Amino acid sequence: MEQLILLIFVLVIAAFLGFELIQKVPSQLHTPLMSGSNAISGITIVGALIATGVTDSGLGKWLGLAALILATINVVGGYMVTNRMLGMFRKKD
Amino acid sequence: MDQKTIVDLAYIAASVLFIYGIKMLGSANTAQRGNLISSIGMLIAVVATLFRGGMDYTWIIAGIVIGAGIGAFAAKKVQMTGMPELVALFNGFGGLSSLLVGWAEVAKNPEFTPPEGVSGYSPTFTAFAVVFAILIGGITFTGSMIAYLKLSGKMGGSATVFPGQKIINALVFAALLVFGAIFVFTHAGWALYTVIGLSLLLGVLGVIPIGGGDMPVVISFLNSFSGIAASAAGFVILNNVLIVAGCLVGASGLILTIIMCKAMNRTLGNVLFGGFGASSGGQDVEGEMKAMTPEDAYYVLEAAQNVVFVPGYGMAVAQAQHAVKELGDILEANGCEIRHAIHPVAGRMPGHMNVLLAEADVAYEQLCEMDEVNDMIEMADVAIVIGANDVVNPAAIEDESSSIYGMPIINVHKAKSVFVLKRGQGKGFSGLVNTLFFRENCRMIYGDAKDTITNLVTQFKD
Repeated sequence: MEQLILLIFVLVIAAFLGFELIQKVPSQLHTPLMSGSNAISGITIVGALIATGVTDSGLGKWLGLAALILATINVVGGYMVTNRMLGMFRKKD
Repeated sequence: MDQKTIVDLAYIAASVLFIYGIKMLGSANTAQRGNLISSIGMLIAVVATLFRGGMDYTWIIAGIVIGAGIGAFAAKKVQMTGMPELVALFNGFGGLSSLLVGWAEVAKNPEFTPPEGVSGYSPTFTAFAVVFAILIGGITFTGSMIAYLKLSGKMGGSATVFPGQKIINALVFAALLVFGAIFVFTHAGWALYTVIGLSLLLGVLGVIPIGGGDMPVVISFLNSFSGIAASAAGFVILNNVLIVAGCLVGASGLILTIIMCKAMNRTLGNVLFGGFGASSGGQDVEGEMKAMTPEDAYYVLEAAQNVVFVPGYGMAVAQAQHAVKELGDILEANGCEIRHAIHPVAGRMPGHMNVLLAEADVAYEQLCEMDEVNDMIEMADVAIVIGANDVVNPAAIEDESSSIYGMPIINVHKAKSVFVLKRGQGKGFSGLVNTLFFRENCRMIYGDAKDTITNLVTQFKD
């Protein structure tokens, strides 16, 4: 049970941290914050990599591959589009 | 140090970068760097995972190449007007991915035998985490797809409500809990497939009764869900970086959701279950709307010293942002002070109007928040409302019987004069009559917003 408790501990701390970090966001940044954090939620790519790479089962591998493709779209697309958006927000001279 | 320790340390480094990145995304000067830092965190997490050893790299390379190609293509090609749909789409993919990760774990280890080197592995808890990842991931996926269809106009934007809807949704949810519990305790495959199916169904049922104008709330809520799904997937594979990153996204998405709800003075429950925007009604207003031609508007604007633009979803529909920017420049050259007043829920996603105007190269300093503009609105000679409706309806402050009473609005009715650019006499998303349109200082300029503004620009040039 120890490892599990440790992970739950991590979860609770991360939740509090998340709430503390983003209390005040200017509304101009709402969209980039959303799409940038959306890219972070693509972290499930790590799970997808493990499922694809370390598996003997045929079904598990196909599921992993599908998960990997989707998560990669989420990560790559999410970061790129956020970067593009923020580039437009830079102060004009 | 063994390999596993190094990988775990790399995950900690990645988590720190995500925390920094998300913090920096909250401030204008650091946002772009923040995004970069969080992407480096992601890269570290991915590379560290690949170093775990014993991986079949052919499949992995195939998956990454395909996914990165599609993602990069979509990110480069998308028009800024299509941003809400794209965010919804990416979000849905993330949710589905978490669902599949949970499912793949069961396919790999259907008997839930404890993996080597893990102390205190509990089959029941892992099965519970699988159900949770599938439930949240499934709702995120189909919910986001419905939001995508509504935002892109492939499906009607209004709320779809039918009798007994709430009972059906409650029954589906109850069935989910029952089959989920069966799977947790018996690990039966058929129960898992039922849970997958019901979760996907619940996402559809949950989002169809929510109208287009409430989409800012729905998108940020689903964004939060995609993070929670990743966190749940982290508990399935006992991986701390998934838990931390997913949880950060879950929390930040929830905060954004709360901000959006406050900007409408409604509770999350009311947005999600209220079926708002399906009904019409509201009291009729005395008086009449007074129309104005763009030619007359030109003479007023020519003499104006202080102009406030109030964009809404109609500006996005008419794609009028570039014309607005041009008119703003001309007015400025004419010695006029201009601002763009942006309501937090204007448009179809949080910050939608800011993105469009920034794309049109409007200076960041001209994009003002609601409170800032309300403090000086009396000074404005003209407030030009472009395709916004409910967010400028004075009924929100004056009519206690109104369904939007209490919602903060941009007080354009206090400006010396108001021009409303509108296609017709239709009502706003709330279905309410806008009492602003009947005010003494308000003039309606009917027609396509882009055409009207282009017309004004041409008159200035002549």
